[in-house]
Amino acid sequence: MIRLAATVRTLSRGTRFVLVGSLLAASLSATAQDLLIRHATVHTASAVGTLRDTDVWVRNGSIAAIGRGLLAPADVPSIDAAGRPLTPGLFAGVTGIGIDEVSAEPSTHDTAITFGATPPQVAQMRPEFDVTLAYNPRSLLLPIARIEGITFTELAAGSEPGGSIIAGQGGLVRLDGSFDAPYAGLRALFINLGGNLSVLSGNSRAGQYLLLDQALREARVAPAAGSANPLLTPAGREVLTGYVSKGRVLVQVDRAADIRRVLALAQREHLHLVILGAAEGWLVANDLAQAKVPVLIDALEDLPDSFDSLAATLENAARLHAAGVAVGFSQRGDASHNARKIRQLAGNAVANGLPWEAGLAALTSVPADALGVGDRLGRIVVGQLADLVLWSGDPLELTSSAEQVWMAGKAMPMRSRQTELRDRYLRAPGRLPRAYP
Amino acid sequence: MRIPAYTALLAALLLPHTASARADGDPYPSTYQPIADGVTVIRHGTVLIGNGQRLEDADVLLRNGVVEAVGKALDAPADARTVDATGKWVTPGLIDVHSHLGVYASPGVRATSDGNEVTAPVTAQVWAEHSVWPQDPGFAAALAGGVTTLQVLPGSANLIGGRGVTLKNVAATSVQAMKFPGAPYGLKMACGENPKRVYGERMQTPMTRMGNMAGYRAQFIEAREYLTQWQDYQQALTKVGKNKKAEPPKPPKRDLRLDTLVGVLKGEIQVHIHCYRADEMANMIDLSHEFGFHIAAFHHGVEAYKLADALAKEHICGALWADWWGFKMEAYDGIQENLALVDRPAASCAIVHSDSAEGIQRLNQEAAKVIGKAARVGIDIAPERALRWLTENPAKALGVAAKTGTLEAGKMADVVIWSGNPFSVYSKAEQVFVDGALLYDRHDRARQPVSDFMLGQGVSP
Repeated sequence: MIRLAATVRTLSRGTRFVLVGSLLAASLSATAQDLLIRHATVHTASAVGTLRDTDVWVRNGSIAAIGRGLLAPADVPSIDAAGRPLTPGLFAGVTGIGIDEVSAEPSTHDTAITFGATPPQVAQMRPEFDVTLAYNPRSLLLPIARIEGITFTELAAGSEPGGSIIAGQGGLVRLDGSFDAPYAGLRALFINLGGNLSVLSGNSRAGQYLLLDQALREARVAPAAGSANPLLTPAGREVLTGYVSKGRVLVQVDRAADIRRVLALAQREHLHLVILGAAEGWLVANDLAQAKVPVLIDALEDLPDSFDSLAATLENAARLHAAGVAVGFSQRGDASHNARKIRQLAGNAVANGLPWEAGLAALTSVPADALGVGDRLGRIVVGQLADLVLWSGDPLELTSSAEQVWMAGKAMPMRSRQTELRDRYLRAPGRLPRAYP
Repeated sequence: MRIPAYTALLAALLLPHTASARADGDPYPSTYQPIADGVTVIRHGTVLIGNGQRLEDADVLLRNGVVEAVGKALDAPADARTVDATGKWVTPGLIDVHSHLGVYASPGVRATSDGNEVTAPVTAQVWAEHSVWPQDPGFAAALAGGVTTLQVLPGSANLIGGRGVTLKNVAATSVQAMKFPGAPYGLKMACGENPKRVYGERMQTPMTRMGNMAGYRAQFIEAREYLTQWQDYQQALTKVGKNKKAEPPKPPKRDLRLDTLVGVLKGEIQVHIHCYRADEMANMIDLSHEFGFHIAAFHHGVEAYKLADALAKEHICGALWADWWGFKMEAYDGIQENLALVDRPAASCAIVHSDSAEGIQRLNQEAAKVIGKAARVGIDIAPERALRWLTENPAKALGVAAKTGTLEAGKMADVVIWSGNPFSVYSKAEQVFVDGALLYDRHDRARQPVSDFMLGQGVSP
């Protein structure tokens, strides 16, 4: 039932929690990233679960202590949470935040690379394509997601007609708006499979495995000079080789039979796999659990959207969790603009049998672990970055709102272009048009 | 050859206040029959009437397919189905004014893509009902979300996309057996980016927003001429009277496209306009004045909050998402308080709509998002008020408010029993009644419809 690796990690953190939590905050001068949040209901998203009436002390942007009655230096700003819920910053899901400004406007949309050629013409694969190079930290989408308690995302490379099933690389981004936000060395490779993409594989799903196999062979052994139709460039071979045995490979796949095939492929090639989508994941939950492969699913998917997801059900999350699979959430659809909808996935998964704590973990610690940052993000435990959210009520309820978001202990402005528009039209009209302040 | 039924339709067109004649001229009539399912009394529930009223610890009595009474300690026959709704909430069945269920059915394959006749910018002659596939599994999923009435619309590629149809959400083998009896037709129109993109890319009109406006105006000018031709014909017929020697007048050539537009001019077809930007909604309001028709609702209306007062003044509903935005430029100015601001003026008509097979299952949760965001800016919206966005207001926009949308006595017994406050993410529709028949029960597989398509999909050794 419990994921072994995660258990070991969180137990060791639990020990640190007990030790540090009993200390008083040391008397050092406060920085902009120092903070004491008092009397919160702390949902740690770790093995210790929820702590009532608990204080969290943040020092230099990291969580320094968790406990009752913590004392901080007088110059450290202190907030009385009055029992309101405090959670780690939430995962936006796999999105295009910062690389997809207005989806219908090609000049603002950088999520996929296409070459204008689709099989049966010459296929090209460019795993070296890296969407994080297009990342714009000043995108409007950041504050719009952030004021909803969302603090990190995984930028995805997409597959479009004229592109490739090996879509390229994405990476993890903390949504603090800094220019150097993408985590160096934490790129992930994106592979998109399924019936809807068979146009990219010679009009057969089987062609996708053929192409994957050929690409992996080319990565291992460069084709002889002059070979007909190599899939990869030398740079592509280098990148793809880099993902064998290390780095994350996110494969979007829904059909149960395909999930099993991808699990087998990942085992054979020693890929560190995360499954994205998995609409029929519950049918092969035991295989996923055995392979210790986490899934990022859209818990609202319950219709047979395609012949890849005939077995979609609202109980997917609950059944996968019960089988011991690490379940995180990510939306299908327009996950970038609608990133704030991610809480609705969690709420509905809980309404359909997922334990509440697992619902929160699916927005925090599970994706952080799956994407390789579980030691830094995703939990309220000592030593982690203080990306925190104070909520007006149950964070999985849609009537609740994020009241304050901190990133690395720094209070984020709770404003966005949308709140500015709201405030402009909320007030009664004046003598001058609304365009005047 | 002249069709007798059509003469009746025409008579209706010429006499704007004879509503019954339209049904007589309906060539694809509703065959919907309520299912007899006895008497039901729901006791001790928190009852939201749908019109803004709320009753605590109240009973709802359903008999002969209608709401017979709502109140305390109602008398009910001994053999009535009695539901103890202590701790539960009772509401009218939810109504979605913007669905593509059946016309963009699941699974989303080429063969089920029947929602957009993208062959000309004006296709007022097509009727969505002729595309509806009743076996779309989405209908059952929507029923599990408490939706008992929905309007299925054509898509938004065209300036004038065709007729929408209002359905009762019941399992059936034909669309006729789902058609809401007596509901007026809807007309789908679209502003903005979609028509100009789709046709502009083909180097044809409309390529611009001004092209869009010119396109609508040309159509309604034509419709007026067509109406005049039929009026002249009718006058000539009257003149000839019973004079058998006189040469009978020749009727104008019938045109399906213009029939629909004339229906709009006569106020018999509800006008539903996909329109995002405030400035474009203002243009469409002027268009409606120019040709003398009324707009039932702007759909999507991402900028409706910028002209909430104008919408209320014109009695135009705003059928809106809670928070979709940004997927195209005309959705760039979306805010999460849109519904709350459209709801704010007196005589407003705010509606939660879905335009989504997923969203239609959770209209109540969309409203919950708005309640939460409105509270942040000091607008307190009680559950009984928010529920109007899902019940009474959409019923008005569809022209069926006299029949459904509230739990007032005499209305269709379309009722949902929720496990708790419907605006909690953890609450679910437990039982759904359509015209008094229990057609969905979360705890009874025998009362959960399964479409032909889903049958046997899970069979494996």
